[in-house]
Amino acid sequence: MKNETIRRIALALAAPVAAVFFATIASSVFLLIAGSNPFTAYGDMFEYGSRLEIQVDILNRATPLYISGVAAAIGFRMNLFNIGVEGQYRLAAIVAAYVGASVSLPGVLHIGLILLVAMLVGGAYSGVAGVLKVTRGVNEVISTIMLNAIAISGLIAWLVREWQAGGSVDATTSNLGVGTEPIDESGLIPNINSWLEVFTREIGKGKELTGVFLVAVAVGVLYHILINRTRFGFDLRATGINPFAARVGGVSDKKMVLGAMVLSGVVAGLVGMAEIAKLGRFNPNFVGGLGFAGIAVALLGRNHPGGIAIGALLFAFLDTASGVLQVTGSASREIVFIMQGIILLAAVIAYEVVQRFRIREEARLASALLEGESQ
Amino acid sequence: MILNQIRQLPTWARWASFATLGILVLTLVQELGQNETSHLTAMTTSQTALKWSIPILLAGLGGLFAERAGIINIGLEGMMVLGTWFGAWGAFNFGPYTGILIGIIGGAIGGLIHAIATVGFGVDHIISGVAINILGPFAARFLSSEIFTGYQGGSVTQSPRVESVDKFTMPFLAGGYDTPNFLKWLGDKDVPMLSDAGNILRGVLTQTSWATIIALLLVPFSAWLLWRTRFGLRVRISGEDPWAGESQGVNIYKYKFIAVMISGGLAGFGGAFITIEMSSIYQEGGTTGRGFIGLAALIFGNWRPGGILAAALLFGYPYALQFGDFDGFASHALLLVNAIALVAVTIWAIRKSKRADAVIAFVLATLSAVWYFVADTVPDWWVKILPYVIVIVVLIFFAQRLRMPAANGQIYRRGQT
Repeated sequence: MKNETIRRIALALAAPVAAVFFATIASSVFLLIAGSNPFTAYGDMFEYGSRLEIQVDILNRATPLYISGVAAAIGFRMNLFNIGVEGQYRLAAIVAAYVGASVSLPGVLHIGLILLVAMLVGGAYSGVAGVLKVTRGVNEVISTIMLNAIAISGLIAWLVREWQAGGSVDATTSNLGVGTEPIDESGLIPNINSWLEVFTREIGKGKELTGVFLVAVAVGVLYHILINRTRFGFDLRATGINPFAARVGGVSDKKMVLGAMVLSGVVAGLVGMAEIAKLGRFNPNFVGGLGFAGIAVALLGRNHPGGIAIGALLFAFLDTASGVLQVTGSASREIVFIMQGIILLAAVIAYEVVQRFRIREEARLASALLEGESQ
Repeated sequence: MILNQIRQLPTWARWASFATLGILVLTLVQELGQNETSHLTAMTTSQTALKWSIPILLAGLGGLFAERAGIINIGLEGMMVLGTWFGAWGAFNFGPYTGILIGIIGGAIGGLIHAIATVGFGVDHIISGVAINILGPFAARFLSSEIFTGYQGGSVTQSPRVESVDKFTMPFLAGGYDTPNFLKWLGDKDVPMLSDAGNILRGVLTQTSWATIIALLLVPFSAWLLWRTRFGLRVRISGEDPWAGESQGVNIYKYKFIAVMISGGLAGFGGAFITIEMSSIYQEGGTTGRGFIGLAALIFGNWRPGGILAAALLFGYPYALQFGDFDGFASHALLLVNAIALVAVTIWAIRKSKRADAVIAFVLATLSAVWYFVADTVPDWWVKILPYVIVIVVLIFFAQRLRMPAANGQIYRRGQT
């Protein structure tokens, strides 16, 4: 029995470990071709990443990545590919920033309103793709990609101009004022440095751990409960594994598609909140690419709440720690993009191989047991 | 009545009558519309529209090869990105023709990765494709940082300028090689309808890049390869019923591998085309989702080369209209064209007694028409999103009634059903 448990854990870890190992080897080859020493480069990154200040940066980067990963994972759980997190979170962020700036409320209410608006906008926008799929059979991959383009190059570009804070587009001053009207202090999610400092020393160098970190933790816990402890989560997984069987079992797949799509967008709406809390407004240089990175993180974490967290931390470490490479000059910092890409692809393949191996093993075990019975 | 007669015509005549009908609508809108514009049927518009259609066409043909072999290729966009980078690198170092070839190879490498994952390891097609869409831009970014930053005028996000391939102008019709320019003469005459058709044709035949011509020739070539050769039959059996093919001794893995690599190569051609023929430079994010629009063209084209070409032209047209439409009148006039097209869809839906389609089409037609008559111009953001809106609207009406290869997207393992 004990052997069995060890086996299971070893099998679960085999795929991600193999993927990271393979990616490290492959990236080393790329580094060597580029004329850099891989050991120095990795050493620099680990030394840099072990500093407390940098770890705060890593957590700040991992927070939106994690939320984005969960948003994508909710769809993936039922083979629904919401590629539109990118457009959903940016649209949600600008509307939430606008609404947040136009009201003044006491702290908790103000923050709550901003989060609520972001979730509603994200859910509504992904809901469009859900409705198109359910009623018209439009593939959600294509529709969400088109909706991304519509949101980013159309709606947001227009709203940024429309909601431009008054009189601030002055070429003589810095572009600090460019963006929507600033949100009052009461609407900004405070940092949680004091929470972290309970465990560690004081965080210096003006680093702040975003309060949205707690939101991300809550999202993760709720996601876990939703998937594993609720009827909706069960139906969601059932539809993902075998839609025909689920339909026979009385699950309306149309309702599930729409529900999963909207929920995915609701979570996506929260992705931009850390940036809003930091900037206090939406500006034209608002952080991008978190939606696509979230998809990678979800695939890496196998849609599992804990797995996504590990994936988000890994990608955040690579993104952040690569900054040191520019300083030490031991390699080009873009090497982390290659690493992330290879880790992702290798993980996707490794999961498949391990899964296949596991099924074969189980079949072998079962037949061995049967043989034992008949003797 | 007329529709039935059109349906009985041979294919080329049917397409020709649809094209004539389209030109007629464009002309009428221009002649009778609120604002004076000649941009809808201008020579420059058709010239640009053709150019903008080519990457979509190539991505669509790429999708065709993969999906005819039963492999969904969401990764076209990532392969296209590889094509833009390798195309720029090749064109900068060895000239534009070699550049296109190297772009094709770059895309085919992406196709190979997709084939290894999906065919070799049996990974879910969409997951692998999504992974490649993330890997492609990452790889391009890394390669740029290693190579383009060392070139004069290059950086992490762009390459130095590259040259385009040679152009061709049709003699006699469009005045190439110092011959008389018949279509220009016709266009100057200002005969309603005929002059507009002449201008559109002249744009297509003037200063056409050889890369465009090769891409267009790939349409009949793909049709011949897939439907008239032994190779094509084996590719198609891999997508329709691989197990039946296997029982006939066909090496399904081999044909799926080859088809997906061709698919990546075509997407890479599309990417190289963007770099070499359109922007003259590699730019990060320069594909702007055209790999996905190619997939939409594949669906709207009903998994057939001719249909994909028609879809690519349809999707390329609104892009072209943005250029040179400084007063915004042409984009405004397009609202009326859209309304007319949607009325046609309404009539079609009523005849087929599809109530939902008819209602949706009618509502959209009304909105489009009301907007046309209420406003004088359209805002610039509308012009920007129009191509994407058209893709969605087209899919709303046609996503359900088309037939894709039977075993498309299924994971095939030899010896297992």
